[in-house]
Amino acid sequence: MVPMACVGLALVNTGLGRARSAAHAMLSSLCVCSVAAIVYVIIGFSFQGTPGGQAHVFAIGGKTWNWIAAEPFFLRGLRLDFSPVSLIVLLQIFSVGLASLIPLSSGADRWRLGATCVSTALLAGLTYPLFAHWVWGGGWLAQLGANYGVGSGFVDGGGCSTIQVVGGLTALSITWILGPRPGKYTPEGTSAAIPGHNVVLVLLGCFFAWIGWLGLNSSGAILFGGAEPSRVILVAVNTTLSAAASALMAAAVTRIRFGGPDASLVANGWLAGLVASCAGAAFLKPAAGILVGAVAGALVAFAIDLLESRLGVDDPGGAISVHAIGGLWGLCAVASLSEVGAQSGSRGQWLAQLVGMATLLGFVLPLTYGLNWLLNRVYRQRVDVEGEWRGMDLQELGAGAYPEFVVHSDDFIQG
Amino acid sequence: MKLAGLLLLVAGWGIVMSAVALLPSLMGRAGFALAGVAVELLGLALIVNSHLVLSAGKG
Repeated sequence: MVPMACVGLALVNTGLGRARSAAHAMLSSLCVCSVAAIVYVIIGFSFQGTPGGQAHVFAIGGKTWNWIAAEPFFLRGLRLDFSPVSLIVLLQIFSVGLASLIPLSSGADRWRLGATCVSTALLAGLTYPLFAHWVWGGGWLAQLGANYGVGSGFVDGGGCSTIQVVGGLTALSITWILGPRPGKYTPEGTSAAIPGHNVVLVLLGCFFAWIGWLGLNSSGAILFGGAEPSRVILVAVNTTLSAAASALMAAAVTRIRFGGPDASLVANGWLAGLVASCAGAAFLKPAAGILVGAVAGALVAFAIDLLESRLGVDDPGGAISVHAIGGLWGLCAVASLSEVGAQSGSRGQWLAQLVGMATLLGFVLPLTYGLNWLLNRVYRQRVDVEGEWRGMDLQELGAGAYPEFVVHSDDFIQG
Repeated sequence: MKLAGLLLLVAGWGIVMSAVALLPSLMGRAGFALAGVAVELLGLALIVNSHLVLSAGKG
């Protein structure tokens, strides 16, 4: 089921981009999933590892800090049967592909295919495995509870931080490095709306994403959250309720603000609900699941506008709001609304989640920004100006996604 | 300004990590961790501002 989440995100990314870059967006999605899977198997897993596996550890004040795994490259020595470790590897191959798809949404219409693949290699080979080791591989974040008595340690069953926020922060780095699309901002700084070319694809992608997230949250809760397999039903209920509440809240907010529900914002609301449910789907009561989703829907509806209009961030697919901000809210919800917070002491769990979020902002964001900035210095990531006006399909692939359709003249209005 | 923002992000994280590793009480840790997050948010604001200035310059 998990690859369906990748299908969903690929469709959403493509639909929210321009018609003249549609084939490029879909091909990029396929390419980044391929690169992510191969790079993760070659080196990524050796840095991520599993709890109890080989790792580099150092001690401060008698407490151990498990920093990075030291497994062999190419999955050597690993038996790929139905053992928990082999299931983790399989889930991670899908998960790293999902994380790699998130920045594609932000770089739509201007991110070169080659640069996309190299950037994905950096994400799948270093950034993702390193943080995933800290959370899922027995690393120091997971051991905060055992070592320092901070709640139950950092809790994230379904990849709210490791997949969604890491992907969302990489998307933020990419938008900063690439800059806005031509025509997006006037010289005075006012933003112009560039609507997605196919809302039907976007909404279809939401349904696929739903199926994928059910698998992602269920398998993550069992493999990483320590949940009993019988909790799969609760996970599915919470995932669905969160997405539903988030989409309805986004529809209500856009109805109040703009006079009618905005389809692309509602779709983003749906995705934000799925994202926010990741961390604690196995530990929330259904009413809390609805609350998590409702807050995520409201957050994403305002955050997309704030980023675009006030902060000059041209994020065509809203990936930063959906995955980074929605994900950070999901991590907060574990401490405030879930059974984990109630069992281990709400204050301690708040601190554990806060340390995880501070690590995302203070370590992962500078790391992913720095890596992509360096890449941009040696291999330009943005397509040239002429290519942007021709569209990524013609510029990089030589043919459009919809050759039989007449291109509307307003596609070429310059700001 | 962008570099300063990035350095503040890392510095804020350093404060949070130090609080967890060095302070014994939960309240002390939480206070310093919040201070560290505040430093990170300051760094984020600096980076956002530097990109706004860059965009305005291009415009």
